[in-house]
Amino acid sequence: MIHTVNKSPFERNSLDSCFRLAEKGSPVLLIEDAVYSAKKETSVSDKVSSEMENHPMFVLGPDLQARGISEDQVMDGITVVDYGGFVDLVVEHGAANSWL
Amino acid sequence: MNDNAVEFDTEGVTRNFMFINRKAPYGTIYALEVLEAVLISAAFEQNAVIAFVDDGVFQIKKGQDTKAVNMKNFSPTYGIIEMEKEDADEDEDIDMVWRIVVEKESMEARGLTKDDFVVDVEVLDSAELAKLMAEQEMVISG
Repeated sequence: MIHTVNKSPFERNSLDSCFRLAEKGSPVLLIEDAVYSAKKETSVSDKVSSEMENHPMFVLGPDLQARGISEDQVMDGITVVDYGGFVDLVVEHGAANSWL
Repeated sequence: MNDNAVEFDTEGVTRNFMFINRKAPYGTIYALEVLEAVLISAAFEQNAVIAFVDDGVFQIKKGQDTKAVNMKNFSPTYGIIEMEKEDADEDEDIDMVWRIVVEKESMEARGLTKDDFVVDVEVLDSAELAKLMAEQEMVISG
């Protein structure tokens, strides 16, 4: 199963809930306002960093671009994917769970 | 004009408005709606403090490019507001006062600095912003 998160980590606890309940090893894809979770040097960076041991982490490029976050501002260890990459992840991992 | 139409006499009426932007720009419509209200207040030459708090600070982050998500990038509009503000500051006939402020704590929690914004902002800490908020006559938040 793949988990998508679409809310800002500074405003909602969707990311926390996802990390708490997603099975170890399942990928997490950050989309829409959740792309701020992937930004370097924020108050949630340490948390996201430590969860990278449990989940392969991805972030949607077009949503980063819209928000003015360049790829060099994305934390190391998070893979940037495009819409095609999003589809590939879903095909590969089956059911998707959206943390809204 | 329709006899039942309500007329508003706004000539010479100035109120102190604060607009509080607390949401990131594209995930919801709040940010754009507040911007509309800011522009309306400008048309009526009202005093305005435009504040960016919480995820609202992301609204004025440099480098936004929304082509790939098919949405309007409205961050340049704040640049126009800043230019209008400068004109108003210089024009003696316009006595409206505009300030663009960012809460320090929100900015720092998101790894941003004053240089990351598309406009020149005043950075206030939460105590200073709370005081400024308490001085307003109208607060519009989104």
